[in-house]
Amino acid sequence: MKRRFSDYVFRSYRKRKSVNAAMVAALVAAAVIALIPLVSVFGYVLQKGLPALNVAFFTELPKPVGETGGGMANALLGTVTLVFLGSLFGVPWGIATGLYLSEYGRGRLAGVVRFSADMLASIPSIIIGLFIYALVVVTMKRFSAIAGGLALGLLMIPTVARSSEELLKLVPEHIREAGLALGLPRWKVTLWIVLRGIRGPITTGVMLSIARVSGETAPLLFTAFSNRFWQRGLDQPISSLPVQIYTYAISPYEDWHQQAWAGALMLVMLVFAMNLLTRLALSSAERARK
Amino acid sequence: MSKILEVRELNAWFGATKAVKGIDLSFEGNTVTAIIGPSGCGKSTFIRCLNRLHEEVPDASAEGHVLLNGDDIYGKDIDPVAIRRKIGMVFQKPNPFPSLSVFDNVAIGLRLAGLRRGAMLKEIVEKSLHLSALWDEVKDKLNAPGTSLSGGQQQRLCIARALAVEPSVLLMDEPTSALDPISTAKIEELVTELKKTVTIVIVTHNMQQAARISDSTAFFLLGDMVEYGETSKIFTAPKDARTERYITGRFG
Repeated sequence: MKRRFSDYVFRSYRKRKSVNAAMVAALVAAAVIALIPLVSVFGYVLQKGLPALNVAFFTELPKPVGETGGGMANALLGTVTLVFLGSLFGVPWGIATGLYLSEYGRGRLAGVVRFSADMLASIPSIIIGLFIYALVVVTMKRFSAIAGGLALGLLMIPTVARSSEELLKLVPEHIREAGLALGLPRWKVTLWIVLRGIRGPITTGVMLSIARVSGETAPLLFTAFSNRFWQRGLDQPISSLPVQIYTYAISPYEDWHQQAWAGALMLVMLVFAMNLLTRLALSSAERARK
Repeated sequence: MSKILEVRELNAWFGATKAVKGIDLSFEGNTVTAIIGPSGCGKSTFIRCLNRLHEEVPDASAEGHVLLNGDDIYGKDIDPVAIRRKIGMVFQKPNPFPSLSVFDNVAIGLRLAGLRRGAMLKEIVEKSLHLSALWDEVKDKLNAPGTSLSGGQQQRLCIARALAVEPSVLLMDEPTSALDPISTAKIEELVTELKKTVTIVIVTHNMQQAARISDSTAFFLLGDMVEYGETSKIFTAPKDARTERYITGRFG
């Protein structure tokens, strides 16, 4: 019997359907496998950290070796302080660099800046710590919160700069022209129309880089150093969750190990809460406008 | 009638390509002038030279004289920013500023120019929205995002935004080409109404539109102005054969 075209189409359609189903299944599997580390890390930290978590952990200072109990209140406050200092330094600088690259940068200089930002982003964070050590710690002759904040800020600059640049480039040119056509100088158009128009996405980029530096340990080891008491000033060494976790985790004491797990859980929750709060604040700000 | 805007020997380039070639043209106060011509004939570039926006494009340049009430806006020591407050512009695509409310879209020109007094700002915004025939449609949602309006409303919002800084000339670059016929009709009606307040120069691809709303028409071709005259004359008795061929739809 002669084969008709419709038979052929039907058969190839069935084949296509089954290949499609297999491919979709493979993609779903890949996505699930990618999620396994995230879920298991979070689950493990939760399982190990939760039993050691109590009120004292949030309110008390670390106890000396041999005494049980105590907390990481100073490290918690220290991490918040360091991240705040880092953002104070890194966010405006990063956004300003992004603005330059997207709005003003032409030719050679812009290329050099863009390349340098990418290079800076790929420098290991411990090298950034060493650089700040040589520049700030040696000059001030002591470890300090300021040095730690500078190290974190320096880590934030390239990521904030490049994400801001990409977002700014998505704003269509005719928006800028509409601003210029109102008789406004370009800098006002750039700041108050273009940048303000995308403050939501920019904030998301900033939050991602904050989340990333919150867990940095290496650059803090020889800039912020650490301490075991309440902070006395920004020119003094300051404790932080990552460094505290590191110190406790490599110690030979079982109850310190417990505290390190609790600290790890704290750090994860802190980053999580910061992300959630920013998103809520942004979306309620958007809602208030409607 | 008085000539509010006089163009003399205006040339414009994109890099080495000459897009506008020695145009001489005057615009009388409180009239609508239509600029027609096939795509790429330099008509948009021409009106973008009238508020010195053309030179903001990388590698673009312009040369010549444009007299606004007798003063050359291409003169030495003239700040283009100041010129653009007197010569406003509406673009092809409705482009309200993102994440700004209807009110703020109209207010922003004045606010960023330093006007801080709330009552005065409110008054001007309301007046501008009335002028652009949008007030009745948006008076209850002044705080809604400008981008939430329909396309036609967005374009009238952009007109209100341009009018708020009280320009004496309004340039419109194909303002209805992205709109449906009903929104287009509203904008055309508005243009006729607005000429009581401002002088309008409108670029359009739609010859019926030019015939309906303009007092005079200029026909551009390949960067040259082929013919200029009263709209009724251009459309009924064009002097140049190329104008006639274009308006009867035989090329372009």
